[in-house]
Amino acid sequence: MKSLAELEAIRQKVSAGVSMRKDDHAVRIVVGMATCGIAAGARPVMNAFVEEIGKRNLEHVSVVQTGCIGMCRLEPIVEVLVPGEEKVTYIKMTPQKAQKVVAEHIVNGRPVKEYVVGEND
Amino acid sequence: MKEISLHILDIMQNSVTANAKLIELTVTEDEKNDILSFSVKDNGKGMSKELLESVTDPFTTGRTTRKVGLGIPLLKHACELTGGGIDIKSKLGEGTVILATFVYSSIDRQPLGNMSETMHQLITSYEDVDFIYSHKVNDKEFLVDTREFRKILGEVSFGENAVSLWILEFLREGEAELYN
Repeated sequence: MKSLAELEAIRQKVSAGVSMRKDDHAVRIVVGMATCGIAAGARPVMNAFVEEIGKRNLEHVSVVQTGCIGMCRLEPIVEVLVPGEEKVTYIKMTPQKAQKVVAEHIVNGRPVKEYVVGEND
Repeated sequence: MKEISLHILDIMQNSVTANAKLIELTVTEDEKNDILSFSVKDNGKGMSKELLESVTDPFTTGRTTRKVGLGIPLLKHACELTGGGIDIKSKLGEGTVILATFVYSSIDRQPLGNMSETMHQLITSYEDVDFIYSHKVNDKEFLVDTREFRKILGEVSFGENAVSLWILEFLREGEAELYN
């Protein structure tokens, strides 16, 4: 059973270690979550990122949602921002593709080219 | 939308966009009175009388990337399909309350769906916003007030893995309890 006492324990552990301050140079995973994204299935995609990152215990990776990115028919859209690198925009994402992006791009530093938005989209 | 919880995720973002600092969501499942409803109350910038009158029009939107805003019209349609409807009250400078009512037993009512995913994503994405979430299923209630999390965590971000996963599990357990 989850309890608030557990949350206090987590706070102590995090404060003692290197925590993710809001202005930290973290990798940001931004999931489009406007009406178009939600209707296209973005919520399970975001959840897949959260769970995969949690499972691998990757620190300094934040997963947040955003509004309309402007390419509604290509939703679900996920933008990956690695500090010092160009933004990578993935389109037509699924929970399975999210797992692969975490493994290949976030962990191994190799963007998954097949999922990236291209000129023909 | 396939689930009502997806409409809720959508509508609550309107409150965030309106710069609300406190958003109260109440979800009520009342089988005796054959009603499933949710209300979102925010202290955001509110809407003028003119905007309020046109807000169910799909061509009314606050965004600039597209000329359509489908969130409210889609919700209205979903409610009315079941025999329910929406009611929106708003005051400029004070905030907005939107109430959506579905007929519980209607064959055209979508399932409520995954509320823990919806709330987890809102809570962790918009850390500067406080959320009060009350989910009532007949006689049971699950109540979450993120200000309590903030009190315990202090400066520690909701985005820290351990915290984020705790919040997700906490929500999942609370939701499951309602249907036991």
